[in-house]
Amino acid sequence: MRRSRFPIAITALVLGFLYLPILLLVVNSFNPARFSSRWEGFSLGWYAKLFQSPEIWQAVKNTLIIAVSVTTVSVVLGTTAAYALHRWGSSRLQSVHYTLIYQPLVVPEILMGISLLMAFVAVGVPLGLFTIFLAHVTFCVSYVAMTVLGRLQDFDFSVIEAARDLGASPWQSTRKILLPMLMPGIVAGALLAFTLSVDDFVITFFVAGPGSTTLPLRIYSMIKYGAPPMINALSTLLLAVTLTAVLVSQRLASRRSGA
Amino acid sequence: MANKGRRRTEWLISLPTLAWLGLFVVIPTLLVFVIAFRPANPYGGIGAGWTLDTIRALWTPSYLAIAWRTLWISLLTTVICLVLALPAGYTIARASERWRNRLLMLVIIPFWTSFLVRVFAWKSLLHPEGLIKKLLEAVGLVGPETTLLYHPAAVVLVMVYTFLPFTILPIYAAAEKFDFRLVEAARDLGARPFQSFRKVFLPGIRRGVLTAFLVVFIPALGSYIIPDLVGGPSGEMLGNKIAQRVFTDRNLPHASALSAVLVLAVLAPLIAVLVLQRKGKKSEIIMGEAP
Repeated sequence: MRRSRFPIAITALVLGFLYLPILLLVVNSFNPARFSSRWEGFSLGWYAKLFQSPEIWQAVKNTLIIAVSVTTVSVVLGTTAAYALHRWGSSRLQSVHYTLIYQPLVVPEILMGISLLMAFVAVGVPLGLFTIFLAHVTFCVSYVAMTVLGRLQDFDFSVIEAARDLGASPWQSTRKILLPMLMPGIVAGALLAFTLSVDDFVITFFVAGPGSTTLPLRIYSMIKYGAPPMINALSTLLLAVTLTAVLVSQRLASRRSGA
Repeated sequence: MANKGRRRTEWLISLPTLAWLGLFVVIPTLLVFVIAFRPANPYGGIGAGWTLDTIRALWTPSYLAIAWRTLWISLLTTVICLVLALPAGYTIARASERWRNRLLMLVIIPFWTSFLVRVFAWKSLLHPEGLIKKLLEAVGLVGPETTLLYHPAAVVLVMVYTFLPFTILPIYAAAEKFDFRLVEAARDLGARPFQSFRKVFLPGIRRGVLTAFLVVFIPALGSYIIPDLVGGPSGEMLGNKIAQRVFTDRNLPHASALSAVLVLAVLAPLIAVLVLQRKGKKSEIIMGEAP
């Protein structure tokens, strides 16, 4: 009895479908022609143009300022949340806590964007980098908490009790045992928070103000109001950066589990 | 005494996230429902007093058409994603360990690439001067004046493209735990490949399918970028209307009323699936108890 080849064929088609557009975009970033249907030879012209654009650099700067501060705050909040969820899992307080943390993962981004905008307008907070920071932390906390929670599930709390029996203070046992053992989960959560913050468009779009243009906002206005070939070059660079980050983190993760 | 201390530690450690999410998730969501009943003021803010006019204004043919389009585009996208993800998840789960990791990596990488970039890639392919249009023209399938962009079909295509990895992962996760000897037994007993797939494999990974349905259908209902960039006026969805009310007319109460509709639209499938999954759990327990 032979297995049907049909599912394998569909899988191959699906992968082709997923990668072909990205591949063509990368190829086209080296094409000096304005449209993708004509190949006019290899050129780095769009990259040169990109590096001369001060608006891009300002957007990159804003994006990084937000992403770094968002990652820091959401890692601290997300890790403490995951600890509480795991330690007191069955209490009523934690079931409320869990529902709250789960919500940003389910609700469509546009709803989060609009509701935060309403809140900022109602209170009178001026829109800008700070409101983007608040909004990003709100959804990143959930992703960090879920990632760290996954790691905590394999954690054996009797190790902590052993340390306490041997005279370690609560702070010592947290810093010397719990945190190092959770580190892979925390790093993975931080990486996820950073990527989500760098990539977010919809929520940022709603809560951004004058002078707080981030990279996705800049890319969006480039798509919408001209300058397409430059986006090919910018996208290729972004792809290269994220792929390197993913490969490095994979390498780190496999080394850690191998040790 | 010790119990009381433990409760206090629990509160202390949970408080930062509870406060943050209460402030930035719960209150803003409630505010959307409140502002839907407030009038707009001419300066783009929220006026004084209460009104039902905004809610009434939603019951017009143009909004009903948008709501209907949002629903069918999201459903069609979800169905196409599931049809493609089922054989893909099946293949990945049955592949050898080495191939399984490679294939999974290939499915996950698009997760990490910029969403806007992926939408843009399609926009330039479908552009009147883009590769796909020129290829179809060369083959003679479309005339020079046919537009591939700015059409509901373009929205469905790009939505399937961006949501497909999210569909494959939960189906793979369920298929990985599935006992494929059951499929082989069905085949031995004379079932054709498709029959064994539909009657044995599909019910076996039911929970994965329901999860996949949710992870595509809910964000699809709230789509904004894709219809905005490749949909044009004939491909507009609820998300576009919300953004227009905020950025073009600066009518926040109107935007709130539309968002409230979207919240309710999202809650319906969520609750339905939760109920279905609970039922599934019960029948699994019953099956497990059977000798």
